Amino acid sequence: MSTSDRDVVVTGLGATTPLGGDVASTWDALLAGRSGVSRITDEWVREFPAQLVARLAADPAEQIDRVRARRLDRSQQVAVIAAEEAWAESGAGDAGYDSERIAVVFGTGIGGALTLLGQDDILEAKGPKRVSPFTIPMLMPNGPAAAVGLAVGARGGVHAPVSACASGAEAIRWGLDLLRFDRADVVLVGGAEACVHPLPMAGFAAMRAMSTRNDEPERASRPFDKGRDGFVLGEGAAALVLERAGSARARGVHVHARLAGAGATADGYDLVAPHPEGEGAARAIGAALRDAGLSPADIGHVNAHATSTPVGDTAEAGAIHSAVGEHALVSATKSQTGHLLGAAGALESVFTILALRDQVVPATANLDDPDDDAAVQALDIVRHEPRKATFTAAVNDSFGFGGHNLALVFTTA
Amino acid sequence: MSEDIQAGLAEILEEVAGVAPADATPEKSFTEDLDVDSLSMVEIATAVEDKFGVAIPDDELGNIKTVGDAMSYIQKNQG
Repeated sequence: MSTSDRDVVVTGLGATTPLGGDVASTWDALLAGRSGVSRITDEWVREFPAQLVARLAADPAEQIDRVRARRLDRSQQVAVIAAEEAWAESGAGDAGYDSERIAVVFGTGIGGALTLLGQDDILEAKGPKRVSPFTIPMLMPNGPAAAVGLAVGARGGVHAPVSACASGAEAIRWGLDLLRFDRADVVLVGGAEACVHPLPMAGFAAMRAMSTRNDEPERASRPFDKGRDGFVLGEGAAALVLERAGSARARGVHVHARLAGAGATADGYDLVAPHPEGEGAARAIGAALRDAGLSPADIGHVNAHATSTPVGDTAEAGAIHSAVGEHALVSATKSQTGHLLGAAGALESVFTILALRDQVVPATANLDDPDDDAAVQALDIVRHEPRKATFTAAVNDSFGFGGHNLALVFTTA
Repeated sequence: MSEDIQAGLAEILEEVAGVAPADATPEKSFTEDLDVDSLSMVEIATAVEDKFGVAIPDDELGNIKTVGDAMSYIQKNQG
């Protein structure tokens, strides 16, 4: 597809995930069908109904300077690692951009939970004087955005959308808007999450949202499958560099894809449960398509949010079916990465862009026996093996507790 | 005695702020020479209390500008 100078394009990608410490290793592992899920063996997990987790493949401590790392919550560490990879790839740091025209939008679902809970332990055990002076900057939900902003010298604004598991996608939409409103010339966007700790695990388990398939870690996350019983908590971050096509072209940088449109809606239905027919989700996809000037027939691939919960997956299938139709190839990559909450939308946007680049649609692991739901049955969900395909436009959708629905449309540049 | 204190402070500075032990000499200013910010000074005060048994109250912490200032404070108040 041809691009005009004012179109928004993606010139850098970054990630650190349960499948790999960078974009290339993550993508390779995804296409190879590897799983990032394992069973927790720590003593504390014994009484927990859900004992599975998708841990980072690469220890952030090995990717980031020690002194720098001790002032950053793990969610900030992964944000910085992913952001610096994307920033370096884009070359935007050496492109002569005025720092007042560089912006950052980085979301998280939970924020610095490990710091909050760890410092609370210190408070209880040793008293207030022993609480770290870095507690607040490490736990605040704008912490990942702020750390990324400092890392790249962004002085045009640093923003932190918080919409649970839609936060990463929402950050990308904000970045698109900042460029369209000419509030920045380059925007580093993404999402980060690192909250593997007994409290979030117990809370999600109490909601009956997590898989308890403890004896089969790699088979536990199974979006759209009849046997699905909840999500697997994952950790990591992903980042994208957005800028206008004109400036990307002028500096001769490689363009991965065009961010053609975005849509955001709210269910207005329930604080936690998705609308059963995915009404708000379908509206978000429809809005993103209109924003991109595309019709459902143009969409060749959908990277679904599909977390492997019984209710969420069928609601989303209904939304995809009504807003896109039956022709698009659907992938649910959380089957291998687990659910990265506030990073999910950013990571799955990276996957959507790489699928466009390589013209290959990732498989949905563990989809052995698709749900009887009519929409699940009607959709062409890629399973077992990645599938080669020819397509120029793709959708990534994301949803969050609170009724937040986001959809993003990417096209070939 | 003062060498032990200097070595102990150097260890703390390396752990908290990544200062190379050879740089932790008495004449160095924490903020201007060693790039130690105010929140890190709070961490250093806590670590000094753990290592030397000397608590540094906030109003005293503000007067400690150099590694040498910290060494004298510790030496004077060590029980």
